[in-house]
Amino acid sequence: MEKEAQKIIITITGADKIGIVAKITQVLADCEANIEDIRQSIMQGHFIMMMLCDISKSKKSFKEIKEILSEAASSLEMEIWVQRKEIFDKMHTI
Amino acid sequence: MAIFNTKNIIETIEMIKTHHLDIRTVTLSLSLRDCADPDYKVCADKIYNKILSYSKNLSKFADELEDEFSIPIVNKRIAATPISLVGESCSEKNYIYLAQTLDRVAQEVNVDFIGGFSALVEKGCTVGDRAFLECIPEALATTKRVCSSVNLATSKAGINMLGVLKMGEIIKEAANLTADADGLGAAKLVCFCNSVTDNPFMAGAYCGVNEPECALNIGVSGPGVVCAAIKDLPKTADLGEVANIIKKTAFKITTTGELIGRELAKRLDIPFGVIDLSLAPTPEVGDSVAEIFQAMGLEQAGAHGTTCALAMLNDAVKKGGVMASSYVGGLSGAFIPVSEDNQMIQAAKSGALTIDKLEAMTSVCSVGLDMIAIPGDTSAKTISAIIADEMAIGMINKKTTAVRIIPVPNKKVGDLAVFGGLLGECPIMPVHNLNSDVFIERSGRVPAPIHSLNN
Repeated sequence: MEKEAQKIIITITGADKIGIVAKITQVLADCEANIEDIRQSIMQGHFIMMMLCDISKSKKSFKEIKEILSEAASSLEMEIWVQRKEIFDKMHTI
Repeated sequence: MAIFNTKNIIETIEMIKTHHLDIRTVTLSLSLRDCADPDYKVCADKIYNKILSYSKNLSKFADELEDEFSIPIVNKRIAATPISLVGESCSEKNYIYLAQTLDRVAQEVNVDFIGGFSALVEKGCTVGDRAFLECIPEALATTKRVCSSVNLATSKAGINMLGVLKMGEIIKEAANLTADADGLGAAKLVCFCNSVTDNPFMAGAYCGVNEPECALNIGVSGPGVVCAAIKDLPKTADLGEVANIIKKTAFKITTTGELIGRELAKRLDIPFGVIDLSLAPTPEVGDSVAEIFQAMGLEQAGAHGTTCALAMLNDAVKKGGVMASSYVGGLSGAFIPVSEDNQMIQAAKSGALTIDKLEAMTSVCSVGLDMIAIPGDTSAKTISAIIADEMAIGMINKKTTAVRIIPVPNKKVGDLAVFGGLLGECPIMPVHNLNSDVFIERSGRVPAPIHSLNN
């Protein structure tokens, strides 16, 4: 697959608690996914984080990485969306 | 550094999660022209094998993409060459066997519907067409996933009134043979004027004789997204602004569809055909076209002003879609199926929405009288007359119109017909009791309108 196809956007939301960033970044490191950008904020106790990752160096497939991330998020009782980046690029640019 | 816009990410997720943005269908259009054979069993085998070889991965790859982009792909479908053409050279015309073959292969490759049990008879029937039309009710009653369509008129040929007469009877019989399911057979059967050869939506999808060997056509939807965007506008925003926000939203929906379509076509190793941007509702709350009228400022679908609101919506959707893709095709616009739209159902129940108002709306929407339940004792000729009116609107206005109407056996006005799934449920709507028999029995062909002579 070409390089662009390996960029993913991870969006995590839910009630704020200790260790969200630590757990998710650890999972990504274990998967050998490189985090290129992180944006995070807390609004009235509601945590939201978005990450741009490159998974081209990972030995795991998109599907496997998504499954591992989903497990991690559910153990934190957070909602997670893992999507290939193109959907955002296409939808919002002419 | 890649572009990373948090506002866009939140908006996209909200569109999918809250406003039901989805890919309504990925439809593999496949030519079966090379499957004709004098022996109907050989013909059926060829059909089975060809569909199997082209579409065995359709469902699997679609599921993969759904996972990768986190956008629901609601239906996988196949559109085949009209079976009336493929089966015509069989010495024994066993079209029902061919329909059952389509059903079997559709189940084998795990698609939701297969379209193409169709005939094109706008100017008249061949011997094969006549035999084919007779088979439709039984074919629909003995299969689950097969959809049927019959083109009865075009702006170039006029209206085949003998066909219109026949279809009234066929719709009645299709409903009667599936009486235990509220006439579900008739819900899988549609009559067209100016049918579209690359339409990915059912029940009218088929692979036209002018289409290539195969192509992947996409139908995207998202009435909830359009509705939410309009609701965000102030009540004082003028209709130019409303049209503009619809265009922008349609653009976003279409680009998403095109992305998925091209990716899926690449994986299947077949050409990408067209994207059909049609606001197709589902019975789910918040996925309604009628709710868009309410967001625009009408109390309910059926209020005076509904036709104008729909005309603007339909046009703005097309304009936004055209900007987003080089190959916009199919029907593209807004659908108004009654049973499949939560707010349409409410409007029909309250009596605000009548068949007459719906007929007016079909002159500006993308298709026609769609998923309307009428009393089971409506005569075949009255159904033919309803079809004739709709064909005339399409013929004169050079647009696609259609009739998918269900005379629900043993039910009367006020009862509820339940079809289930995407087909939803619908109160039985009244039809006029005035007699149209003599007009319909005249039969023959309504000549093509003067503007067909444009060479």
